[in-house]
Amino acid sequence: MSWQWFHRLGSPRWFYQSSARWLPWLSLATAVVLLSGLIWGLAIAPEDAKQGNSFRIIYIHVPASFLALAGYYIMATAGAVGLIWKMKLSYMVMKSAAPIGAALTFIALFTGAIWGKPTWGTYWVWDARITSMLILLFLYLGVMALQYAYHSADVASKAGAILGLVGTVNIPIIYKSVDWWYTLHQPATIKFTSAPSMHPDMFQPLLVMIIGFYLFYAVALILHTRSEILRRERKTSWVRDLLNTKKQAKADKQAGES
Amino acid sequence: MSQSSLIKVENLAFERDDSCLFDNINLAVDSGDILQIEGANGSGKTTLLRILTTALQPSAGKILYKGCTVTDCRYQYLSDMLYIGHQPAVKQTLTAEENLRWMVSNSAKSNQLAINDALAGVGLSGYSDVPCYALSAGQHRRVALARLLISEAKLWYLDEPFTAIDKQGVSYLEARLQEHADRGGAVVLTSHQDLALNNLRKYSLSAPAGQIA
Amino acid sequence: MAHSINSGFSAWLRRDLLLAYRRRGEAASPLVFFVMVSTLIPLGLTPESARLAEVAAGMIWVMALLATLLSVEGLFASDYQDGSLEQLLITPQLLPMPLLGKITAHWLTTGLPLTLVSPLLGVMLSLPAAGYLPMLCSLALGTACLSLTGAVGAALTVSLRKGGLLLSLLVMPLYMPVLIFGTATVNFAVDGLNWLPPLAILGALFAASVALCPLAAAGALRLTSAN
Repeated sequence: MSWQWFHRLGSPRWFYQSSARWLPWLSLATAVVLLSGLIWGLAIAPEDAKQGNSFRIIYIHVPASFLALAGYYIMATAGAVGLIWKMKLSYMVMKSAAPIGAALTFIALFTGAIWGKPTWGTYWVWDARITSMLILLFLYLGVMALQYAYHSADVASKAGAILGLVGTVNIPIIYKSVDWWYTLHQPATIKFTSAPSMHPDMFQPLLVMIIGFYLFYAVALILHTRSEILRRERKTSWVRDLLNTKKQAKADKQAGES
Repeated sequence: MSQSSLIKVENLAFERDDSCLFDNINLAVDSGDILQIEGANGSGKTTLLRILTTALQPSAGKILYKGCTVTDCRYQYLSDMLYIGHQPAVKQTLTAEENLRWMVSNSAKSNQLAINDALAGVGLSGYSDVPCYALSAGQHRRVALARLLISEAKLWYLDEPFTAIDKQGVSYLEARLQEHADRGGAVVLTSHQDLALNNLRKYSLSAPAGQIA
Repeated sequence: MAHSINSGFSAWLRRDLLLAYRRRGEAASPLVFFVMVSTLIPLGLTPESARLAEVAAGMIWVMALLATLLSVEGLFASDYQDGSLEQLLITPQLLPMPLLGKITAHWLTTGLPLTLVSPLLGVMLSLPAAGYLPMLCSLALGTACLSLTGAVGAALTVSLRKGGLLLSLLVMPLYMPVLIFGTATVNFAVDGLNWLPPLAILGALFAASVALCPLAAAGALRLTSAN
């Protein structure tokens, strides 16, 4: 009996219907946090002594990097839950998490490159973090490509979940080896400004932005999962009913207007 | 133990991507039975057979071997079972004899004499040294079917065993199936042919049921 | 039971070796690729031996990686097509052991020959003398890791018609630690440093791969070959 909540949680229909109730509130909270963090970070926080205004890109770059890595683990965990408990919803979450994570990874790389130009005088350096981030992007692309390659959604989900788990085992190894590789070749001139040396006035808005990005990630994941639910469950009666009511409402509205 | 059938299938279902291929399949196979699974193309005959061999996992239901679920007594079940699929699993670059020796390497009777006899039995006596890429589709199938002459497996699962086999071959194979059943073995096969066998039972798979609600 | 577990390993190992022997020409192609690409490097980069020596270790390793990647697609492909893979899935033995046998056969027919001809490439790319022994050791261990990891990718893509390119995409990121430590082993030796630590890490990667990859590949095969 105590497992009932668990199975209900695994029901795509339940998720779709209940998420509709609290998604607006979550979106509102996300907008508030992100906007206030952006204004605080971009307009109010003090200028950096060395880098001037160009440092402000960290308010996008750092949260995106955080979520890029966390997103992979969220995706892999969802896949593992799907494999272990045969939960369909979990696979849908996994599939939705892949493009979002890949996009965040790309944003992290892209903002890093923009930041690199004024800071190091070049768009690209083979720094340990950048290289790891690039490999992470490849890992995401692999999971996405594998999912798209299969016609059967069931097989695609399971194959993606296994690849996600293999990636999870490998990510710490990859990160550690890239770190080690970088120390071998590290040129003395290039160094990151590390977080602890940041002034609290700069650091607090960053914290807000990180929270904002987590919220944004949640909203994006839920939205994407909801559309994935509709796509995969399109043959079921509840989705058909849902579509019919929507169509009916639209027709009524048009009839009322004319 | 004595009560339970050799194979008992309970409420077996298979669905993929929310469309149900079949569900609620219940059947039992006892020693001496020959069960022919019939059905239109796409009704899931091969899928059912592959589920029975454990190559594929069912969506629901269970398969009991001598009263024990096949996941629990997997080793025993798979050791007592022989499956010849749609593709004969014959390696092109190996000779007929090498292929057969490999296929039966788990069997106790896999000596040279038995292999020669089996190849002769399926009409390939002159071909034992010929690489299989030089053989026809029907001859490939005969190489795979030669396993039946050596194997000591109790349960045979045969997917369309008569495909590409000539008339003589068909009647030889029928006789072999009958012999196996008479000695207490069991056969589950898919075929569109009408077979002249005693103890033959048929199980029909209906056309795909369509979507689930 | 112990006997039967082992027999699954050695039976599939012997079988795949025999099959590779019958298709010697095909089996040799990664090796030919390995040697031929090394001709491209002086043409594309420089014929100067001093500059070649600098990049030799990395280049040999990258080429070995690509050669393995090309060959690993064939690990399950023909077995899938002719129905042997179906038979493999229903052997009474536990699936990872026959798979380990197949992977070992793959390494014996690609990784080991690559390792053995690598000194030839070392000469062609003017690798300093101190690098040869570390190169042999690191390639022998490293290509085994590549075969093992590649098997997981091959299992995930076996039922796809154009799985080869996708396989490279899946597996390449996973190959990077092996490349890093493999190259480092040779470069450490060339620079006169102790090259055993990076080699030891390669050994650790190999041990982890032996333990995990056959399991992951077995799980993947059960899912994907059902397609």
